[in-house]
Amino acid sequence: MNALAGTGRLARLALRRDRIRLAVWVLGTPLLGLALAGSVTGIYPDEQSRLGYARTSAGSAVARAFNGPVVGPDLGAVVVAETYVTLALLAALLSTFAVVRHTRQNEETGRAELLGAAVVGRYALLAAALLVVAGANVATAALLAAGFVASGLPVAGSIVAAAAIGGVGLAFTAVAAVTAQLSTTSRGANALAAATVGVAFLLRAVGDVLGRQSDDGLRVESAWPSWLSPIGWGNQVRAFGGERWWVLALPVVLLAVGVALAVLLAGRRDVGAGLFAARRGPARAPAGLLSPVGLVWRLSRGALLGWAVGVAVLGFAMGLAADEVNDMVGENAAAAEAIAQLGGGAELVDSFLAAMLGLFALTIGAYVVQALLRVRADETDGLLEEILATAVPRLRWLTTQILGAVLGAAALLLLAGATIGLGYGVVAGDPLGRTADLAGAALLRLPALLVVAGVVTVLVGLVPRGAVAASWAALIGFLLLGQLGAVLDLPQVALDLSPYTHVPSVPAVDPAALPLVLLTAVAALLLTTGLLAFHHRDIPS
Amino acid sequence: MPVISIARLVKSFGAFRALDGLDLRVEAGEVHGFLGPNGAGKSTTIRVLLGLLRRDSGEVRVLDADPWRDAVALHRRLAYVPGDVSLWPNLSGGEAIDLFGALRGGLDRRRRDELLERFALDPTKKCRAYSKGNRQKVAIVAALATPVELYVLDEPTSGLDPLMEAVFQDEVRQLAHDGATVLLSSHVLAEVEALCDRVSIIRDGRTVESGTLTDLRHLARTTVTVQTTRPLTGVEALPGVHEVRAVDGRTRLEVEPAHLDTLLTHLVGFGVTALTSAPPTLEELFLRHYGDAPANGHRAGASTGGSAR
Repeated sequence: MNALAGTGRLARLALRRDRIRLAVWVLGTPLLGLALAGSVTGIYPDEQSRLGYARTSAGSAVARAFNGPVVGPDLGAVVVAETYVTLALLAALLSTFAVVRHTRQNEETGRAELLGAAVVGRYALLAAALLVVAGANVATAALLAAGFVASGLPVAGSIVAAAAIGGVGLAFTAVAAVTAQLSTTSRGANALAAATVGVAFLLRAVGDVLGRQSDDGLRVESAWPSWLSPIGWGNQVRAFGGERWWVLALPVVLLAVGVALAVLLAGRRDVGAGLFAARRGPARAPAGLLSPVGLVWRLSRGALLGWAVGVAVLGFAMGLAADEVNDMVGENAAAAEAIAQLGGGAELVDSFLAAMLGLFALTIGAYVVQALLRVRADETDGLLEEILATAVPRLRWLTTQILGAVLGAAALLLLAGATIGLGYGVVAGDPLGRTADLAGAALLRLPALLVVAGVVTVLVGLVPRGAVAASWAALIGFLLLGQLGAVLDLPQVALDLSPYTHVPSVPAVDPAALPLVLLTAVAALLLTTGLLAFHHRDIPS
Repeated sequence: MPVISIARLVKSFGAFRALDGLDLRVEAGEVHGFLGPNGAGKSTTIRVLLGLLRRDSGEVRVLDADPWRDAVALHRRLAYVPGDVSLWPNLSGGEAIDLFGALRGGLDRRRRDELLERFALDPTKKCRAYSKGNRQKVAIVAALATPVELYVLDEPTSGLDPLMEAVFQDEVRQLAHDGATVLLSSHVLAEVEALCDRVSIIRDGRTVESGTLTDLRHLARTTVTVQTTRPLTGVEALPGVHEVRAVDGRTRLEVEPAHLDTLLTHLVGFGVTALTSAPPTLEELFLRHYGDAPANGHRAGASTGGSAR
């Protein structure tokens, strides 16, 4: 087939380019899974403790939102409940970034043009990227299944559980293949695909929270929104709880549809172009654009609007769900206690709301990271050099970028709190009061986001080359410490590394000033260090 | 007071010494050509001049200021065009031009429109839709529309068509006429020849030659091909004569311009029937400094004469 000429060579090139990334992914994910599984086995060694776990998790809205629907009291089922969401998110994001890296990024940098002029078919780049990424997912799943079996779990469940994670990877391989055709930039393609991952996660969370607990209290039947989410499908295969093999076909079907759509789009557009024809702009700049502040606003408003829409919709949905927590957990003392522990307060709904706010604060951390990493992206493509060769002082430039990221994050936090409050108020009464209360509670998470901004700034200032990877690693680290630290039984010292650990869990507990002041002080220290380092370092291109 | 004065500039990246004692002097009001093979350190020097890189040692003054310490004040007085312009993909070209102008401290709007017209640039296109040449035009228009004392142009015309190249040369001549100083790094030798009062050639992070083009020509040897009725003898012994070879019954040799007269006097005694004399082309001049070996075999040996001044 002519259109695929050169695919093999390109796939080998992609393997060579990513030999380290792929090795870390394919070996690291199963290792992380096995480490988590090992710790779960340690915490729930006997039937009795696992029955307790299943009953609590099935009854807990928070556990459902974070861990998905529990499918029974088997050891494997508990392992899946505690590891699935993390591994699925990893598979989804790693697949997304890898596909975009080998498709749209090649076009954006002009490499695709160079390759396209050689004996390389129209779809070869896309095919090579899909082969490599799908292969990585299959290999990861195979290793993970082998690992589960080796650690003594039943064979059928192990295969289904690992295949479910591979399936999530394949599903988002397809999503990224499509977004890479839509956006003209790899940044845009990644953002679109990552937003889809976020929506999939939250659809699943909503569907699982709204799900029905079985009569024996050990299982959850998810509501329909979970079925709309490729991440949700991985729960619906019910590994170790009466496997439904047919569900594994869903991601494969999505992959086929996605690849077909991507091929269709790729065949209809020019190399380097996106789906939409380039629009024209004004011949003169409006006065509002003509300053660093104006420029930062102009460059971030699109992304901010996208985030705002997502946050508002999901916040409102979470708020609506909050009222159900009481009904679901009301008569289950164990579940009530678990939520109280997670959220940190005595009041069930408040604990749930606090946990949701924490989740949004983590997600908005990603907004801060991507907004600030723009400085580094500008540096790599030479734009930073052009800006700093004008009369804009370095400190003013970076400060403006930090302000843009932090103010954007504050606005998103307020919006998250307000929409959760509004949704909750609509069903539970007093919408205006609850909107204001929860908006305020959400804003208390801002100091943690300031620390995130500080970490990125320090990295951009001190280790520019590693800043992108290290910034995302830091945020994922905070996520792992916050969400999984307790499960892994990590010492408090490790949990304390995440700024999110220190935010008072309002509205579940009363606000406390001291941790917020300390977080802000740490953030100020990090930001100052980063700014000074940026001020004093070379700007090589 | 020179506009740019660099002495013994050293800049290393790890173990790699990008600039190794570079000297450069650009006087007020001149168009100064900055030449050298790829990787010689031209862009590194320019980044030091712009205060983007910090020097390891040596002295650097730009418009009587320290480019690292006084970067911002200095940047109000200069405009920079890089060789590979990168722009905000979702801004229009017109917006990018106005933005660069504003960030430099304000641009001349009348001049901006005039330049847009001269360079035939459509300012309503989004930057992501521009070709390489058009991106260069955006940066050139933004820089030239800003009234400053110094223009730092790093291979500004890469990607421009010959028509636009001519417009560019016109505009640069006008800048110099109006009293501005221009540092022009370029690989387009015709452009350098047409525009520059003086040139500096650098190689491996050092300045190997600096002066007016006439000066540089005087340093290079003239190629003389001569046919005589009697066998030509004794030329090897003449001062300033090199590379004597017999080619198709003629003699070809190289002679330093200062000794041309002595050579001609000597030749007269052998009955000259044909004689051609070719001064070094600019191309040859630069090839001598750029390459380890010159492109033309017959000029072998000439490259060793690249003495630093």
